[in-house]
Amino acid sequence: MSLNEHETGQDRRQYITFLATGQEFAADIMTIREIRGWTDTTALPHVPDYVRGVINLRGMVLPVIDLKARLGLGTTEATAKHVIIVVNAGERTIGILVDAVSDILTVTSAEIQSVPDVMRESQNEYVEGIAVLDGRMVTLLGMTKLTSSFAADKSFEQAA
Amino acid sequence: MDPMEAIRQTYFQECDELLLAMEEGLIAMEDGEADGEVINAVFRAVHSIKGGGGAFGYEVLVGFAHVFETVLDHVRSGKLAPNGDVVKVLLRAGDVLSDHVTAARNGAGEVQDGDVKEELNALSGISPDGDDAAAAEMEGVVFTPIHVEIDDAPGPAPGTWRIRFAPHPGLYAKANEPFLLLRELGRLGSVEVRADLSGMPELAALDSDQAYLAWDIVLRGCNDRAKIDEVFEFVTDDCELDIREDVPLAALEIVTQTPSPAIQPADPTPAESPPTEKKTAGAPQAPAEAATKQTIRVDLDKVDRLVNLVGELVITQAMLTQRVMECGQARSSTIGAGLNELEHLLRELQESVMAIRTQPVKSVFQRMPRLVRELAAQTNKQVHLTLDGEATEVDKTVIERLGEPLTHMIRNAIDHGLETTEERLSAGKPAEGKVTLSAEHRGGRIVIEVTDDGRGIDRARVRAKAVEKGLISPSASLSDEETDNLIFLPGFSTANQVSNISGRGVGLDVVRRNIVDLGGRIVIGSVAGKGSRFSLTLPLTLAVLDGMVVAVGNQTFVLPLTHIIESLRPKESDIRPFGSNGRLLNVRGGYVPLVSVGDLLGVEDAAEDLAAGVVILVESEGVGRTAFAVDSIIGQRQVVIKSFESNFRHIEGIAAATILGDGRVALILDIDGLVARCREKSRSSEMQQAIGA
Amino acid sequence: MAKTILTVDDSRTMRDMLRLALSDAGHTVIQADDGIHGVEVLETAGLVDVIITDINMPRMDGYGFIEHVRRRSLNRMTPILVLTTESEPAKKRLARDAGATGWIVKPFNPDKLLAAIRRVSP
Repeated sequence: MSLNEHETGQDRRQYITFLATGQEFAADIMTIREIRGWTDTTALPHVPDYVRGVINLRGMVLPVIDLKARLGLGTTEATAKHVIIVVNAGERTIGILVDAVSDILTVTSAEIQSVPDVMRESQNEYVEGIAVLDGRMVTLLGMTKLTSSFAADKSFEQAA
Repeated sequence: MDPMEAIRQTYFQECDELLLAMEEGLIAMEDGEADGEVINAVFRAVHSIKGGGGAFGYEVLVGFAHVFETVLDHVRSGKLAPNGDVVKVLLRAGDVLSDHVTAARNGAGEVQDGDVKEELNALSGISPDGDDAAAAEMEGVVFTPIHVEIDDAPGPAPGTWRIRFAPHPGLYAKANEPFLLLRELGRLGSVEVRADLSGMPELAALDSDQAYLAWDIVLRGCNDRAKIDEVFEFVTDDCELDIREDVPLAALEIVTQTPSPAIQPADPTPAESPPTEKKTAGAPQAPAEAATKQTIRVDLDKVDRLVNLVGELVITQAMLTQRVMECGQARSSTIGAGLNELEHLLRELQESVMAIRTQPVKSVFQRMPRLVRELAAQTNKQVHLTLDGEATEVDKTVIERLGEPLTHMIRNAIDHGLETTEERLSAGKPAEGKVTLSAEHRGGRIVIEVTDDGRGIDRARVRAKAVEKGLISPSASLSDEETDNLIFLPGFSTANQVSNISGRGVGLDVVRRNIVDLGGRIVIGSVAGKGSRFSLTLPLTLAVLDGMVVAVGNQTFVLPLTHIIESLRPKESDIRPFGSNGRLLNVRGGYVPLVSVGDLLGVEDAAEDLAAGVVILVESEGVGRTAFAVDSIIGQRQVVIKSFESNFRHIEGIAAATILGDGRVALILDIDGLVARCREKSRSSEMQQAIGA
Repeated sequence: MAKTILTVDDSRTMRDMLRLALSDAGHTVIQADDGIHGVEVLETAGLVDVIITDINMPRMDGYGFIEHVRRRSLNRMTPILVLTTESEPAKKRLARDAGATGWIVKPFNPDKLLAAIRRVSP
């Protein structure tokens, strides 16, 4: 697991944390464009279950994915209380459906630990590290990896 | 980016433009339509390519361009008449120069230019080793023979020079200033300057246009005569100049004439500027008149941003109108009328903005003459290419993606369409085959046609081939049009042997795919023995699309109007089950495959009963007709295309998306993709035969 | 001393190279695409310190441009350098006859360019 993104530049980074499946995840604040409430999506045909469809984000057609499903933990029953985090990373902009946004954290590189092997393969792919702060465990997700993972995703062909 | 690298890129961009201009000029010369300005333009193009190439050290390119330029200079000055043979050599030289540019750009590849170079040299009457001028140019050094008459005796250490410098009036007229030259001499060593005022007339007789002053200079500490010559380089013809090295005593007697420094009133300081015209910083004069058509260069991103904003504006307007109507306001109310007016203005605004992105198709068309020349040579056929409608404008994105399909169609026309010279002659046709490439606007779209006067499509052979390849069943009855369209099927190739021109692994199916991807269609017309015509119909822009909006279950889709033949309400009795789970629809006696869009796209709550809905008959090129069943038709409208592929990935069967009046996203269907999907699904069943039929 | 220099050349490459070399030396560069454009630019720009012009250009070539400037413009005493290549010595003479002050042989290196400017402008 590469920690390069965290080791370069300044030692401290700000993260936005959010909840999904009762776990706390975090993404680099620089990759977050906005946070908005859940709106119904237009479904796309023949896509894996983690793709919720597309929405109109001020004239832009934004694909929305379900984080829980993407991590292989089952689909989210979206309600008006759920939120979509609009992420811009790796030249792509996508929306990520999560339960709620909780906090802004400042994490130093010393506080980041590498991922324990016991985590599931499907999660492992996007996890950049684990931060333990005041007894809370936060999973740091690599947004560039997440946003660029769809192009080569074989499950699209299977769904088709 | 490194500034030099940026300039290098500019250079190659410019080369592309210059090569086009050159080719255009040469073709005008070939057609005997070249006037002096055209020939000049060709010369300038080659000259500029050479000039820039020299700056980047592309020696081979410069060497060739130089030989080429020399011949063009002869043509320009009238020494060489641009008759057919000469122009043929020039055209070939143009192609070779273009190859040189490509090689320089890629930093690799060797260009075989020997033959053409020899022919060029023959035209300009130069012996083959006459490349010296170009070689010298590469160094950027002026080689001036220097005759210094000094014995072999050990040279006196730091040179001392005596220089007599007496300007003529012309020197001042060309804005040279002796003072600046003296200052430059001062950079070479220590200088002692005396002004010779002996030529000064009485004050009253002073003429400001005349030159009266002269200078005697002693320069010490300079070993390089060339450097001194360089200082006076610009003025040697406008002054009396005498430069002598102050020879040491031992050698003095050899030099009989030492300068006689008849220095009169000595003035140790450099003379003041001679009486030149006083420069007055006056107010700038107003520009006389608005000159030629003004253009500006704009970053494409800025234009695209504008296009997007206008697109959003159109959507917002549609949403607003819908909301107002929902509030119970009639179209005829004041608000309704105002919205109507707004809609018109926005349409106009949209069209104007789209027009910014348009360019003439010329840039693509201009690449074809060379292709034709090369193909003619390879196939041993005589071909005359006519270009028509080059000024027709179309969106930049369309232009960028037009090159490949056009190239392939031209290849196809020459390789398969045109007969060999012998065949033509025995068929009573002129030896030279004709290929025409034309463009025109027709009904809000651009139509591009490639026409040849060759043998036409041999339908019996096409059919036999299609049966042999298993593309159609031997019993299928096809119209002429349908037979012609078989050549667009993947895996179809009529040439018995894979020729090395058209048969490069890319078939006409790829051409068709490219055109369809652009939202266009391709149609063939052919008369046996008379020739073929390929017509491409393309949208003028890729940003908007005319679509039919339909409802399927809880979803809304847009079907591109270009693919739709008609919509109809089917009767229960017209629908026949077919094969394992297929259905056919009887359309006026003919059967076409019937597909439920809801099933195909997995839409929830789509109507089960196809007879209760509407059927839209679509056509996909090369495959034929398919009937798409939907729940209902909402209407026809122009929609703004919003791609999400770059943010996500390609989704099979979906071309793009758009935003409807209510703000919701609707998917634009990729009809050909969907039809291909149906075919795949039913490949095992008898459906396939039916599609052929 | 920083000078205002007009460059007239139909080649974008050459204009860019001149601009790079001249602005690196602290000069202000004004550009024109051909002779006619050069005349127009001078009409609004007023007096410049040096003019550098190409010879082969569309609409109005370098000779025409120089003659025009020398004959009746505010800049008739402004030094004019022509861009030339070693293979065309005759052009130097023609340019001189038209009123050019000096010339720069292409391809030039920045030092030679700046030296030529020093020789014609204070």
